[in-house]
Amino acid sequence: MRLLATTAAALCLTATGALAHGDDECAVGKTLEDGVLTIATGNPAFYPWVLNDAPESGEGFEAAVAYAIAAEMGFDADAVTWVRTSFDEAIQPGPKNFDFNIQQYSITPEREQMVDFSLPYYTSAMAVLTTEAVVEAGAEPTLESLRGLLWGADANTTAVPMLTEIVGPERDAMLYGDNVDVTAAMQAGQIDAALFDLPTALYLAAVVVEGGTILGQFPADRSDNPDQFGLLMEEGNPLKECVDHAIEHLTESGRLAEIEAEWLQAATGVPVIQ
Amino acid sequence: MTDAPLRGAAGDTSAAPTRRQAYEARLKRRSNMIAAGSTIAVVLAVVVLVPLAPGWEAVQRSFFNGEVFAATFPGLLNAFMLDVAIFLWCAPAIAILGLLIALCRDVRAPALFPLRMFGALYTDIFRGLPVILVIYLVGFGVPGLGLPRPWNSPYIWGSLALILVYAAYVAEVIRSGIDSIHQSQRSAAASLGLSEADTMRFVVLPQAIRNVAPANMNLFIALQKDVALLSFIGPVEIFRQAGVYKSLMANFTPYVGAALIFLAITIPATRYADYLLHKQRRRQR
Repeated sequence: MRLLATTAAALCLTATGALAHGDDECAVGKTLEDGVLTIATGNPAFYPWVLNDAPESGEGFEAAVAYAIAAEMGFDADAVTWVRTSFDEAIQPGPKNFDFNIQQYSITPEREQMVDFSLPYYTSAMAVLTTEAVVEAGAEPTLESLRGLLWGADANTTAVPMLTEIVGPERDAMLYGDNVDVTAAMQAGQIDAALFDLPTALYLAAVVVEGGTILGQFPADRSDNPDQFGLLMEEGNPLKECVDHAIEHLTESGRLAEIEAEWLQAATGVPVIQ
Repeated sequence: MTDAPLRGAAGDTSAAPTRRQAYEARLKRRSNMIAAGSTIAVVLAVVVLVPLAPGWEAVQRSFFNGEVFAATFPGLLNAFMLDVAIFLWCAPAIAILGLLIALCRDVRAPALFPLRMFGALYTDIFRGLPVILVIYLVGFGVPGLGLPRPWNSPYIWGSLALILVYAAYVAEVIRSGIDSIHQSQRSAAASLGLSEADTMRFVVLPQAIRNVAPANMNLFIALQKDVALLSFIGPVEIFRQAGVYKSLMANFTPYVGAALIFLAITIPATRYADYLLHKQRRRQR
C-alpha cells in the first residue's frame, strides 16, 4: 500500500516536474532525493572557492557555479542542499551521500577509472607561493632557480606530480595534509616554496602567509596535462549527462566566464615561468 | 591427568591400548575434527559470503586492485626506507633518554629532589599527550622561533618529538624494572662496600633491564608504526606516499600495500617479543 502511494507520488512529481520545466526533465528521478539536488563540498570549504565556509550563500566561485548548474538542471536555489565530505569520503566505494561533489577536483585519467567527472568548469594555472625573504635571497621565476628551492605541496593535489614532472626539484619535496600545514611549514622556514592552483595561491599569499608572495605561474593553457577541475560523481551516476549538458550550456552562453570574472580576480601581473 | 601415570598403572607396556587410551584417542580425534571443521566453515564463509555482498566488486576495485598495487608497491617500499631510517636514529636516543629519566626518578639523595620532580613531571606530561600533538607542537612550533637551516628541519624536530614521547614510556617501564629488584640486594651491595652509583650500575640495572626487555620490545614495535606520524609535518614516508598515490588514482589499494609492508616488519618483531617473554617466564619459574 505504502509502496503504491510512494510510486504514485513519484509519478505525480515527475509529471509536474516535466510540466514546470519543459527542457530540463533530464535530472528527474536521478537525484538521491526527488526534487532535491544534494551537492557536497569540502570541510572546511576554502576561500576563494566558497566564501566564509558557507556555500548556501552562493558566494565564492564554486558556490556560484554550483547554483548556476543547479538552475540549468531545473532546481531552484531552495531545492539545493549541501553536505560536506573529505576527499577520501568522496572516493570510497559504496553509495554516496551527494549527487555531485565540487571541491577543486582535478580530472585525471587515473581518477576517472574509479569515479566519474563532469566536463571541466575551470582550468587552473599553477602558481608558486613563496615568501619575500626567499625572493630577496635570489629566487627567480625560472625553472633553474626553482629547482634549487626546498619545495612543499598539499599531498592530496595534482601539484605533487606536477612538481616532479615540470620542476624536478633537487631535494625531495615535503608533503602535507592540507593548505594550513603547508603554510605553517613555510612560516617555520622549513620550505621555500609551494605549488598551488593560482586562486588558492593568491589567497594564501595575500591573507595567510606573512610576507607571502607569488613568484610566478605555470599558465593554464600549457599544452601537456592542464589542470582542469570537474564535478566528482559516483561512477556510473546517471546524472552525469545532465550535469555535462548544464556545464556545456553555461560555457557556451558565457555565463561560466562571467562567474569566473566575478569571483576569481584576474591574475594580472603574475609572471609566467618559462 | 596425563597418559604416563595411566600407562604405569596399567602395568604392561603398550602392546594393546587400554580402554581409557582408546577412549582418549577417540576424544582427541573428535576434537581435532571439530576444530578443522569449524576453521574450514569460517574460511569458506569469508571466501564465499564476502564476495556475495552487493558492494564487493566496488570494494575489491578500490582496495584490492592488482594493477594499482603493482604500480605503487615499489614506490611504497622505497618510501618505507625513510621509516626505517627514522626508526633507527630514534630508537637509541629513546633508550638513552628513557634510562636517564628512569634514573632521575630513582635518585634518593635529598639534595637531588628537583631531579626526581623533573622525572615525574616529564613522564606525566609526555605520557599524557597524544603523539601527533607533540609532533605538531615541536615540529612546527620550535622551528617557527626562527632557527636557520638546516636546524629547523622537520626530520630533526619531528624525531625529537617522537623521542620525547617514547622516552617517557620507556622510562616508566625501566623504573618498574628497577622497582622490581628487591631492597635486600641494595643492602647486600652496600655491605660489600659498593657506592650507591655502583650498586645501580652493577647490581640493579643489569637485572632490571633484563626483566623489562620484553615490555620495551613492545614499545619499539609501537614506535615502528608511529614513525609514520612524522608525515604530518612534511617527510614523505610510506604513509604519506600511499596517500599521494591514493589521491592521484582515487584508489585505496596503496594503503593496503603500506599495511602489508608494515606487517612484514611488525609481525616477526611481535613474535620475537613473545618469544622473549616466554623465555623470561621460564627462567623465573
